[in-house]
Amino acid sequence: MMYAVVVGALLVSLCLLLVRALLGPTVFDRALAGNAVGTVAMLLLAIFQFVSGRPEFVDLALVYGLLNIVGTIAVQKFFRYGDLGEPGVADEEHRL
Amino acid sequence: MATGSRSEIILEELTAVVLLTLMGAAAIGMARQRNLYGVVLLSGIYSFLMATVMVVLDAVDVAMTEAAVGAGISTVLLFGAIHLTGGTESKPIHRPWLPLLVVVATGAMLVYGTLGLPAFSDPGAPIHQHVAPRYLTEGPVKTGVPNVVTAVLASYRGFDTLGETFVVFTAGIGVIALLGRRRPRRPLDKSREESKE
Repeated sequence: MMYAVVVGALLVSLCLLLVRALLGPTVFDRALAGNAVGTVAMLLLAIFQFVSGRPEFVDLALVYGLLNIVGTIAVQKFFRYGDLGEPGVADEEHRL
Repeated sequence: MATGSRSEIILEELTAVVLLTLMGAAAIGMARQRNLYGVVLLSGIYSFLMATVMVVLDAVDVAMTEAAVGAGISTVLLFGAIHLTGGTESKPIHRPWLPLLVVVATGAMLVYGTLGLPAFSDPGAPIHQHVAPRYLTEGPVKTGVPNVVTAVLASYRGFDTLGETFVVFTAGIGVIALLGRRRPRRPLDKSREESKE
């Protein structure tokens, strides 16, 4: 019962996030919605491992979280530098 | 476990239906948008939803692959591609009614074709009579892998998966061989600055 309530709440938040991603006036709204969808997917994964009675797969939820971070950093870096191959700080000095 | 198996099944089916509906909404949104950054982000969301559906169907490692490839690498690659091509999709010159008709007709035929198949997760379906019981009963003993999907993917079809990996690896090497030759960076930057001046 507890799991059902949590899953329901997560699904409702997924719906709201998708609405934000579809309507979102700026790209950053959409990026944030995408990041949050990844987080909710991670939580759903963790919850479903408990629903099916095998919580040993919770590690996978952690890997999801790591992937989510990589994706979001890629988006941010793209908007910051306009290029994903940019080395970052050292290049900043070079530009200056 | 406090939850009975019946309520568990209802919960899983409900979640799968909601997730698939959201995926449909995301796909329609992707088709309608002209801003390609938004489309890429929506496709990442779509992949995460797909991965969650895989989790609900208890295929954890397929979900892992979907999340890593669909939401992780594809998003990065598509952003790189947008950087090269520009971020707005141009409006189509003509309204694509004929292609839409062809696609809808093909889809309708495919759906019609599935009507003859046994229902989803029907225990009396031939595939569940033939090999599935053997995987289920002997899989954990023979392969030592507790998850059936992982046992089939990594052990029973190990050579198949190895071949797939080999194909993907070869394709990657081909792409690197074609595109990976970097032009020297410094002279390019200099020429850009000179053109500005």
